[in-house]
Amino acid sequence: MLDTALAGLVNGSSYALLALGLSLIFGVANVINFAHASVFAVGAMSGWWFSVDLDWPLWTVLLGVVAVTGLLGLVINLVAVTPLAKAPPIAALLSTFAVSVVVDNGAQLVFGPETRRFPALLATDNLGLGGLRFGTLDVTILVVAIGLMLLLGWFLRATRYGRAIRAVAQDRDAAAQMGIPLARVQNLAFVVASVLGGVAGVLGGMYLNNISPTVGSTVGMSAFAAATLGGLGSLPGAVAGGLLLGVVEAFGVSWWGGNARTLITFAVLLLVLWVRPSGLFGKRTPLAAEPMTGTFFGAARTVRLKPWQVAVAAVAAYVVPAVALDDYTVQIGVQVVVYAILALSLTLVSGQAGQISLGQAAPLAIGAYTSALLTTATGMDFWLSLPVAGVVAAVLSVVLVSPSWRLRGHYVSIATLATGLLVAAAAVNFDWLTNGPSGVSAIPPPSLFGAEVSAPLAVYFLDLTILLVVLLLVVRLRRSTLGRIWSAVREDEVAARSSGIAAADYKSLAFGIGGFVAGIGGALFAQQYGYIDPSVFGISVSLLALTIVVLGGLNSPLGAVVGAIVLVGLPEALRMLEETRMLTYGLLLLAVVLFRPQGLMGKVAR
Amino acid sequence: MTVLEVTGLRRSFAGLRAVDGVSFTVGQGEVVSVIGPNGSGKTTALNLVSGVLRPDSGRVGFLGRDVTGWRPERLAEAGLSRTFQNGRVFGNLSVAENVLIGLTSTLEAARPLARWRNVPVLRWASLLAETAVALVEPPSVRRESAERQAEVSAQLDRFGDRLTPRASDAAHTLSYANRRRTEIARALAASPALLVLDEPTAGMNPAETAEVLEQLLALKATGQTILLVEHKIDLVMRLSDRVLVLDAGAVIAAGTPDEVRTDPRVIEAYLGKRRTVARP
Repeated sequence: MLDTALAGLVNGSSYALLALGLSLIFGVANVINFAHASVFAVGAMSGWWFSVDLDWPLWTVLLGVVAVTGLLGLVINLVAVTPLAKAPPIAALLSTFAVSVVVDNGAQLVFGPETRRFPALLATDNLGLGGLRFGTLDVTILVVAIGLMLLLGWFLRATRYGRAIRAVAQDRDAAAQMGIPLARVQNLAFVVASVLGGVAGVLGGMYLNNISPTVGSTVGMSAFAAATLGGLGSLPGAVAGGLLLGVVEAFGVSWWGGNARTLITFAVLLLVLWVRPSGLFGKRTPLAAEPMTGTFFGAARTVRLKPWQVAVAAVAAYVVPAVALDDYTVQIGVQVVVYAILALSLTLVSGQAGQISLGQAAPLAIGAYTSALLTTATGMDFWLSLPVAGVVAAVLSVVLVSPSWRLRGHYVSIATLATGLLVAAAAVNFDWLTNGPSGVSAIPPPSLFGAEVSAPLAVYFLDLTILLVVLLLVVRLRRSTLGRIWSAVREDEVAARSSGIAAADYKSLAFGIGGFVAGIGGALFAQQYGYIDPSVFGISVSLLALTIVVLGGLNSPLGAVVGAIVLVGLPEALRMLEETRMLTYGLLLLAVVLFRPQGLMGKVAR
Repeated sequence: MTVLEVTGLRRSFAGLRAVDGVSFTVGQGEVVSVIGPNGSGKTTALNLVSGVLRPDSGRVGFLGRDVTGWRPERLAEAGLSRTFQNGRVFGNLSVAENVLIGLTSTLEAARPLARWRNVPVLRWASLLAETAVALVEPPSVRRESAERQAEVSAQLDRFGDRLTPRASDAAHTLSYANRRRTEIARALAASPALLVLDEPTAGMNPAETAEVLEQLLALKATGQTILLVEHKIDLVMRLSDRVLVLDAGAVIAAGTPDEVRTDPRVIEAYLGKRRTVARP
């Protein structure tokens, strides 16, 4: 009991250090720094390198990590945050997300993807106190973490730059008027936050024993949960949230096993968001609504094709693979089509209704599992399972996301992120239903008029037809009254509500229809591979879907298709490695956000 | 007949009583203005009346119904339209589309099963029906849509040649004054029983202000009931039937423009108290 609590506190102090950095950056730059998780990983990896390859003692290891992660924080700010200061919040959200992908996969290329042992620089089991066993390591982690928190508190209260950081966090414009150099203060905040994150990486690495370049995403997600739990922007909240989450996780893991960790983390996060939307310590502003997407793609108009152009493209999409392409290429085409369907669901949710979803893998997974389980366990016909998969994905999407409508801005995106991770974690943990990590196999291919649809070309024709139907559906919805209502909700929710539009209902509807479309995509996905497991629906799928629509043009249905061809088709055709591919996604997303926010298929209105 | 009846409205923010026991009424066809120094609670009072904020206590009656704590969208459907202090248009929608949004509550064919819209769970029947209609677009919807387009032109004509030539321009390209006009056109589109205007001439120059005053006078002549928050006293005096003066969240004076103008409490609130210096 006591040792579980202690383990939780020690682990939670890593979360707290990371969450402090997140909150500090949120306060100063009003940005959720998704790259912060990578700072943890870089801290852990460079700590490993310094201590194992270079054989440095602990204190130089820490100094080295401070230097590396401080520099990384500076670079993150200069590359991904400062240039987007005037863009709507979604821009920096996407760009830091992109940086985290780049850093994680860059680290994988440099260090190799394998998990390695972090050397025990300190004893782990040499002390005792009244029956409780612990080591110098535990004591050191707690002392260093608490020491850093106190140091940060002193820095913010007693030094000139600390006061400047607090002033900027309270009121940027007023701070600038008082002669505070905003750029320098923001740089400083990023450096301080990243140093905390890097030290957390070393401490966490020593504590976890095993590290890999992707360790950041696991711990980082918990840190997001911790910061949100405490209330974004609140430093005491970050500490309390981190420690609390650490302890809750420790007890959950000791009761239900290690797989339950993510499930607990995100269930707790979602519950807190639903019950106390601004976190435990956050202040709730009674009247504020900054649209997340605003004029980001706004000044852009969607490129419209003429009907004959669409017809030619559609016919070509049927004919060319049939006459000119080999099976391997057609299989790539199938993947492109499925991702295009997933991306179209985001065109509705994020482009049309303006709700940025970082968890669209969730309805994809739900649809895939629904169809897979129904066709294998109950022998249901694929054609019946297809709409059922769509409906189940739609209903669950709405049920899981709707409580977030009390949230605003960044919190909605965090809630969708948590939903995506929660669904993947549920697929791992609910093995009575989903068969756990081993997944569902031997999913039968659909049959049409008595013939089995399993040859690549047949599957391609089936999926392409469904894609065209979905495309038509999305285009019609966009041009209807409903489309206009969604646009109004996206542009300004308060004004839309005062014009008689029940914004929450229409957001739910967007998620419902988006969930339906993604669920259909999931069913096709499952039948196409014949095998699914939870790892297929990780956060990288949600990221890929979002990257596709941002690249293609967030508000352009055609862009979703073009984006899928570029991001799914090309890497596959070029046979790129997984890490290089993710790295490319990250760089592309960053480049699009920085240089062509309207996407490939948007043009700037004059 | 009373359109709006506010009794004992209170709302605090973190201990600050922004609105502290405000009561007033607005009768049919009346123009009532709320004035007061900065921070006196005018905008908060409007936000409470229009459902953007929920009151801590007090009652809001609208057209004989108790609408306290109603959500803004429901109030808008019931006939209460408003504009915002800083002007909130839908930047990426055209001027015409902005006004069309104001007509949303008048749509029938495009938004079927209206009576289920405010019922939990059952509202999905209405939402799904709306989706189906959007996909199929039956003739009734197309007819209705054409009718609304015509109404939009009529609304835009209200502002002479200010908005009509720009009907298909995105709202974010408009000048500040034209955005405010677009917002007023959007609020008026559904022929609301009560129009609530929060500083409609904020940031406008004297010529633009005079133009808005003429348009509001014309509107008043048609019998439109208006609740107005405004700083420009000349406009308030010319337009209002009655004036309500707020200070520190409470009503300190109410009456016709002339009564209020000479009320010592009002002068004190705006200018401060006359200090009598004792002479030796």
